[in-house]
Amino acid sequence: MRVAFVLPLALAALVVAGASFAEAIGDAEKGEKIFNQCSGCHQVGSGAKDRIGPHLNGVFGSKAGDHEGYRYSNSMQRARADGLVWTAQTLDTFIENPKTLVSKTRMSFRGIKNAQERADLLAYLRIYSDDPANIPEAEPTAIGTDHDLDPAILALKGDAEYGAYLSSECLTCHRADGSSDGIPAITQWPEEDFVIAMHAYKRKLRPHPAMQMMAGRLSDDEIAALAAYFKDLD
Amino acid sequence: MKLNRRMFIGTGAAAAASLQAPAVLAAGHGKPRVVVIGGGAGGATAARYIAKDSKGEIDVTLVEPTRTYYTCFFSNLYLGGFKEMDDLGHSYGTLAAKYGINVVHDWAVDVDRDSKTVALAGGASLPYDKLILSPGIDFVDGAVEGWSVAAQNAMPHAYKGGSQTELLKAQIMNMPEGGTFAMVAPPNPYRCPPGPYERISMVAHQLKANNPTAKIIVADPKPKFSKMALFQEGWGNHYDGMVDWIGEDFGGGNVSVNPDAMTLTIDGEETKVDVCNVIPAMKAGRIAEMAGVTDGNWAPVNAADMSSKADADVYVLGDASQQGDMPKSGFSANSQAKVCANAVRGALTGSRVFPAKFSNTCWSLIDTNDGVKVGATYEATDEKIAKVDGFISQTGEDAETRKATYEESEGWYTGITTDMFT
Ligand SMILES: Cc1cc2nc3c(=O)[nH]c(=O)nc-3n(C[C@H](O)[C@H](O)[C@H](O)COP(=O)(O)OP(=O)(O)OC[C@H]3O[C@@H](n4cnc5c(N)ncnc54)[C@H](O)[C@@H]3O)c2cc1C
Ligand code: HEC
Ligand code: HEC
Repeated sequence: MRVAFVLPLALAALVVAGASFAEAIGDAEKGEKIFNQCSGCHQVGSGAKDRIGPHLNGVFGSKAGDHEGYRYSNSMQRARADGLVWTAQTLDTFIENPKTLVSKTRMSFRGIKNAQERADLLAYLRIYSDDPANIPEAEPTAIGTDHDLDPAILALKGDAEYGAYLSSECLTCHRADGSSDGIPAITQWPEEDFVIAMHAYKRKLRPHPAMQMMAGRLSDDEIAALAAYFKDLD
Repeated sequence: MKLNRRMFIGTGAAAAASLQAPAVLAAGHGKPRVVVIGGGAGGATAARYIAKDSKGEIDVTLVEPTRTYYTCFFSNLYLGGFKEMDDLGHSYGTLAAKYGINVVHDWAVDVDRDSKTVALAGGASLPYDKLILSPGIDFVDGAVEGWSVAAQNAMPHAYKGGSQTELLKAQIMNMPEGGTFAMVAPPNPYRCPPGPYERISMVAHQLKANNPTAKIIVADPKPKFSKMALFQEGWGNHYDGMVDWIGEDFGGGNVSVNPDAMTLTIDGEETKVDVCNVIPAMKAGRIAEMAGVTDGNWAPVNAADMSSKADADVYVLGDASQQGDMPKSGFSANSQAKVCANAVRGALTGSRVFPAKFSNTCWSLIDTNDGVKVGATYEATDEKIAKVDGFISQTGEDAETRKATYEESEGWYTGITTDMFT
């Protein structure tokens, strides 16, 4: 019932020139088709339940990992504790590449690289959040921006010896033996995942203040050096 | 840690090395020699990194009188009942066994910078090419009227780890019902800026459970303190009415004590107290002064490598150093030690020297699962270690964030002690 009421409203907004949220986000009708990529794991709409993935009703504005009774990965639980909230921007980042925000997420999904497709998908999902008209408009820069890293950054070859020196600063908190109580393990990660995670802190896409600070002053080369060093640490 | 064959062989060799260290060194040989005085957050880390990364190219001797290092960090959690004393103790066995560090359990009693030797209380003399001092703190004589180190059993400072902490806890547990716990807080700069206030929180937690009508008085010579808003919010939320903080404006700096009568006088008003935790003004551990590298209470250093401004072959780490913007904390000492280790190794073996990067984070526990933190990064300038960027927990954070912060601090404790000792 709610869906039936809301849907036309959102779609109607599409035709209003300029100011509407839905237009800023994307085309919900196209988004419905794109949701086929998600629907194997996620339900949305009336009667939607948690299945392989949590249902996505009311996802806008909710905390990450917030469904009671659904067993989220440790990474997602930590993101929640850090204060990750699903907004147009964070959802856009997550759908583009889930690992950017939640490294060890159980959502095995490669991501949607096309910014317009993501915008359309979000316009569709937004319909199933309470009172979509009140969902804050995304920051103008957020939508249609690629959060993925420049391939040149991912291609940097890290200087592992420099990484060894830089790593000493990390090992006050993280442990070289890869144990993870209280603070997650960062050894033996694929370099790409490591680099993506560090840049997500650096760009403040991930919420944790200490890690934003630590990553914030590392250059692209330094992050590559750390990734090269931690990759082989055991 | 797994016992592998290399480690097994190392144990025997290191045990022998540990006994004969001074004699072996006195015999003299071609390897460069580093002597580290003080096996705490700064010294243990520096010794470990130099030995580990030089892979036997440098002879490292660590001089530390105690066989078990009891951390000051988390000692407040012991007072609060969140940790056992055993959780805080760490031995030097692995440093000797795994990295071949000569661990000498003795006091350094003098440093001769001309002949480059360190004299030990046991009579041995240790020659060095590079000397690293990380002796922590001592107290300024006469800082609190009526108190001296001789009175530390009646009125403990509990600002060095181990027995003092145990004594203070025993006194807290034996307070009469409705009794008074008093703290004389130190003036700046001192070890662990939030330490006294975390301690107040933990004492309040302990008393709330066991002696809920007890009172806590803090006489403070400072007008404000580290994470003040967070602590005051926490005291209001958890220990309402229990903590009476008397800052500088209300005479908190005008204090004297009488350890025999167990009285505390604040701004002329005498109070009878049951426990009196006196944390006097601090200075660099005495050996730094004996080595002639102090200027006033602390030892000035160059930010790029922690070398003393008085002597390029002497380095000062941690609380004893005067470096600029970093707070005196275990995290800071550990961070400085790694920069120093990289520089010392470079100077002695020609290994690559990388730019100095420093950081610090201090967590404090206010009550069960209510953790807060403050942190910053730093860089070396010509003048000092200068702050780059920082963060602090916010008042009004939700319970989940505070719990995650506490869990993080436990992860950090394991992390830093692993980084020092294993
Ligand atoms: C209650 C409390 C809570 C704290 N909480 C935190 C916290 O949460 N986080 C944090 O980062 N820091 C904390 N700290 C601060 C931290 O303990 C110190 O800043 C840190 O230990 C400093 O390291 P250091 O190497 O300078 O000195 P220390 O760790 O004190 O080591 C000095 C060592 O030198 C030895 N020594 C001294 N003189 C000689 C000599 N003449 N010869 C041979 N050996 C000698 C001593 O036996 C000692 O083992 C806390 C401190 C206190 C008191
Ligand atoms: C292969 C199954 C799978 C696919 C396909 C998938 N997801 Fe997920 N999704 C999950 C799982 C599992 C989780 C829980 C992740 C965790 O706990 O780390 C999740 C979590 C999420 C969350 C966080 C929800 C919350 O409660 O915090 C969002 C948002 C999300 N997915 C959106 C999508 C979208 C949009 C798509 C399609 C583009 C998609 N997912 C495709 C399995 C999947
Ligand atoms: C002050 C303690 C501290 C220091 C120092 C620190 N980290 Fe972290 N790190 C954390 C915490 C806490 C988390 C969990 C943050 C979160 O939930 O997002 C984390 C998370 C991470 C992650 C993501 C882990 C995951 O599972 O998603 C990476 C990667 C990482 N840190 C790398 C580093 C590197 C590299 C350094 C050194 C340059 C470093 N950290 C220094 C505390 C620290």
